[in-house]
Amino acid sequence: MIQTTKEGALYRIGCGAGFSGDRIDAPQAVVAAIAAGGGGAIIFETLGERTLALGHIARRQDPSKGYEPRLKDLLEPILHVCISAGITIVGNFGQANPPAAAALIQQIADRLALGTLRIAIVSGDDLTDKVDLAVTERWEGDRRLPPIDGEIIAINAYIGALPIAEAIKVGAQVVVTGRVADPALALGPLLAHFGWDWTDLDRLAAGTLVGHLLECGSQVTGGFFADPGFKDVPDMADIGFPIAEVEADGSFVITKPEGTGGVVDLRTVKEQLLYEIHDPAAYLTPDVTLDITGVQLAQVGKDRVRVTGARGRPAPNTLKATIGYYGDWLGEAEISYAGPNALARAHLAVETITARLARRGLTLRHRADIIGAVSAFDNEGGHLSLGYTDAGSGDYRVRFAFGSACKRDVEHAVQEVNALYCCGPAGGGGVRQSVRPRVRTVSHLVPRHLVRPAFHFFGEES
Amino acid sequence: MTRIVKLHEIAHGRSGDKGNRLNVSIIAYEERHWPILLKQVTAERVANLFAYRGVTEVRRYELPHLQALNFVIEDALEGGVNSSLAIDTHGKCLSYHVLGMEVLVEDEMAEGASPNADAQGVT
Repeated sequence: MIQTTKEGALYRIGCGAGFSGDRIDAPQAVVAAIAAGGGGAIIFETLGERTLALGHIARRQDPSKGYEPRLKDLLEPILHVCISAGITIVGNFGQANPPAAAALIQQIADRLALGTLRIAIVSGDDLTDKVDLAVTERWEGDRRLPPIDGEIIAINAYIGALPIAEAIKVGAQVVVTGRVADPALALGPLLAHFGWDWTDLDRLAAGTLVGHLLECGSQVTGGFFADPGFKDVPDMADIGFPIAEVEADGSFVITKPEGTGGVVDLRTVKEQLLYEIHDPAAYLTPDVTLDITGVQLAQVGKDRVRVTGARGRPAPNTLKATIGYYGDWLGEAEISYAGPNALARAHLAVETITARLARRGLTLRHRADIIGAVSAFDNEGGHLSLGYTDAGSGDYRVRFAFGSACKRDVEHAVQEVNALYCCGPAGGGGVRQSVRPRVRTVSHLVPRHLVRPAFHFFGEES
Repeated sequence: MTRIVKLHEIAHGRSGDKGNRLNVSIIAYEERHWPILLKQVTAERVANLFAYRGVTEVRRYELPHLQALNFVIEDALEGGVNSSLAIDTHGKCLSYHVLGMEVLVEDEMAEGASPNADAQGVT
């Protein structure tokens, strides 16, 4: 792909979703802006650690499921424009079942009379039953978590940008992946477009940085940012999702579609630059070790921040793999106390439940938070709540949480909170309750030779 | 003349989780406050702030050209998003726990510090 004009040398890549529950109408403005610029790519990052395990469970129950449940809603409104304007779609919305996601995308294309698309399916991340965990090492951040004590649902390695780039080079219009490193969703199309060499570590680092800043969607354009009077964000109801305008040397500008809400400034970009970063000199990905300590930011226009200075070193020899396994049952139940002496009544409710659990011999993990006093910051022992007092009146919600391998015990505990309606302190109201199973995750480091990233086109043999 | 303010008046930040590991960025709104962050918002203070959660280690990284600190806080999430019984299992609220820390500023510095001003100042 040789670009001759200066304008043509710019490659636009946007983000349509930063997590599985993201705003469904956000991709449309991004796609319109990229189309107006002459094409490019849009990425969708919809795969959390737990989401993937849930996808595996869904696929076991129905072999045609296990991909992002909102895939149709995300792609149907934009597929036509993407295909006609030459915008490559890359998403990890394949979750645990990329072939099924590809089949759905082709169905949407058929309905829209777009013909047969070139949909690439990336594989190799699924290591379930393919790796002996005994010979792998725990990822350092999870070393203190307890041993895996439940049935393993799935093991997926974070694979890199190579299969994405190769698929696009041979004509993929849509690339469906399962678990890949989030920034690889952007690095793949950039490698394909600019033809960067695999040994050009600073270019791999730059493309990885593009992906890092884009992959959480609006988190770089004013989402997860507003703090009234300190960090004000215009039109939060219509935050524009980000677009990176990337040059051949890897420098780029982060911006958003014109006419949308949100803001792109040094503050939003700095917050996202450090988001989920540990050592800023060594952000480990399957493709490169990214060093952001030399990154320079400059506001070069309204809602335009130029980013330069990413540096790369060789990628680690191991790949991170996340293991999802069945965990315990989580029960939650809440009740409100308001008005005079409400805090004392809330505390009495907590004491009463503790006593009831002991009396009924329910030996489960439990915790109570008094919302309105101290809750989000507190620990399981209620350390911060101990010193909390009020002026004798308030509006509190007591939130109980119970965890156990035994579903019935959790149900009994939750029912005890419901019984506070009649047997608890005066004036307790608004009980809400739920009991649900949990999936736990822990990450290990897997030698690269055990992982074989690849791709094939939908409708062709893998 | 110095006075005590919440870190929130002179800095912003964001928290993120991976497994049982939390990171919190703390970023000065204005370059002149960067030395205060460097001197007063130490790894030790952050470790003390989170000690009640069983934190085992805090590392502080400095990014002078962004006027930002990055704290990596080990074992702050009581088992992490899939096993903690906490309300906010991700620790998304916890950047504001750090921003609630008190710091000493010169009086004239605190006054007139308007974080929203010049936010889009083109350089």
